[in-house]
Amino acid sequence: MINLAQNLIDALSLGSLYALVALGIGLLFSILRLINLAHGDFITVGAFALIVPSMEVTAQLAIGALNPVLLIPSIALIVVIVALMTDWAVFRPLRRAPQPSMMIASFAVSYIIQNGLIMIYGARPKNVNLWPALTGQLSIGPLRIATLQIVTIVVTLVLMAGLALFLKRTSYGIQMRAAAEDFRMARYLGVRGNLVIGMAFGISGALASAVSLLFLSQTGSLETGLGVPLALFGLVAVVIGGMGSLVGAVVGGFLVGFIVTLLQAYLPPDLRSFRDAFAFTFVIAILLWRPAGLIRAKAFDQRV
Amino acid sequence: MVDPLLRVPQPTAAELAAEGVSVRFQGLAALSEVNLTLLRGEIVGLIGPNGAGKTTLINCLTGFQRPTTGRVALAREDTAGWNPARFRKAGVARTFQAGRLFRDMTVAENVEVTGVGLGLDRKSAHSVAMEVLDWLGIADKAARTAGTLDYTDERRVGIARALVLPPAFILMDEPAAGMSDSEGEDLVGLVTSIPTKFGCGVLIIEHNMRVIMNVSHRLYVLDGGRTVAQGTPAEVQANPAVISAYLGADV
Repeated sequence: MINLAQNLIDALSLGSLYALVALGIGLLFSILRLINLAHGDFITVGAFALIVPSMEVTAQLAIGALNPVLLIPSIALIVVIVALMTDWAVFRPLRRAPQPSMMIASFAVSYIIQNGLIMIYGARPKNVNLWPALTGQLSIGPLRIATLQIVTIVVTLVLMAGLALFLKRTSYGIQMRAAAEDFRMARYLGVRGNLVIGMAFGISGALASAVSLLFLSQTGSLETGLGVPLALFGLVAVVIGGMGSLVGAVVGGFLVGFIVTLLQAYLPPDLRSFRDAFAFTFVIAILLWRPAGLIRAKAFDQRV
Repeated sequence: MVDPLLRVPQPTAAELAAEGVSVRFQGLAALSEVNLTLLRGEIVGLIGPNGAGKTTLINCLTGFQRPTTGRVALAREDTAGWNPARFRKAGVARTFQAGRLFRDMTVAENVEVTGVGLGLDRKSAHSVAMEVLDWLGIADKAARTAGTLDYTDERRVGIARALVLPPAFILMDEPAAGMSDSEGEDLVGLVTSIPTKFGCGVLIIEHNMRVIMNVSHRLYVLDGGRTVAQGTPAEVQANPAVISAYLGADV
């Protein structure tokens, strides 16, 4: 029983991270129909921005040594700027390009960022001890829960609620939702295309920066491919959740988190190293059952 | 307090005109040398058999289709190079045959987003939207998801969206298509009060002859992309070209 509760919290915490990644990817997809393979690298940039740029193996915290009140907005700002610059330099000139071209461009951006980081910071992984205070454990009755897991879950819930309120209540939010459903119609009604796309990149970057901090606090290891597996699982979450639906992205993120954690816990020990193969078998099963994902955006029915 | 509506420029144009507009799709003439004038405050009917070019003409007058030759003038100003959004901002609104609503958003939000797009803040956009929805008799459905509406209500939301921040002109592409006779007559009845209520000029495509003859101040009859007749309902009904080309076929 305690074991199960422990596993559920692990699943929620991992699912939260995947849900944040999936939201970042899903938001850009819903508005721009861009499958942004560089999203993981936005996450990596946020993590590297914490330390002094150098090839040294021992990392020296720079922004990472600041008070969280300054640290969090600084990292968010840096990643948002990188995301907006990516839009401006790469995707804005490709606005009328077909979807596969944009996806390949994002693949190129991903490599450029990774190689750029290697040039500045070197290729060897570095240990970074961000927020050691969060590595403790809380005891709730017989349960012992890592503080960081609680923080991850709470931060995710707050960010999701904030995003939902933003989309529902603000003028920018309503314009973004309209653009996500029917970009041309929204433009006709006066919604400014580049503005909503820029907002989507900005929010996607901000979400990525939250993942940078949460993930790095958990692993403590900084490497240039840090965000790649996160982006892969996030993309899977977006697809099984239903492309174009943000609720679907969140549901997909938690689902992937649950599948991975529960397999890790309950697979026989000699099969655990093949966990991801089992996880992706589940993914295929879900897609066979619902090829368009769990939650289907109405806007997509209409457009076919 | 300043009325938030006053902060958004109101459309002032008094006349929308097609001047010798022709549209050719790969050599096929969809419109040939069509002239049409729409003044603020009047209801003008646009009729003609299927394929006569009625929708193409509305597309030209709203920036969705560029004339091959000829021009569209708003308040006598040439609109060459304008995109549809610019027409909308300048006060030329339209409805679509397919509702084209944002199906995952609520009815109120569908209308609000137009107000926001035209420069209102969210709160004023909401109150303007509710006012229009109320006038169209669907305020009680404001919180419904647009994708769950039936066909008639979808049409009404489309009209509400076009009427937000009263445009100078509203061009309606078969607003009553697919409705039962009584639903259609109800809707067209509302259309007749648009000029007095919102101060706009209305161009309307409608197949029900009895209805269109009743509501229109003037009519244009298209056939094969050409204007075959124009004038008051009485003049048009008496026009031999109309009787043979159009009315003769099914009346």
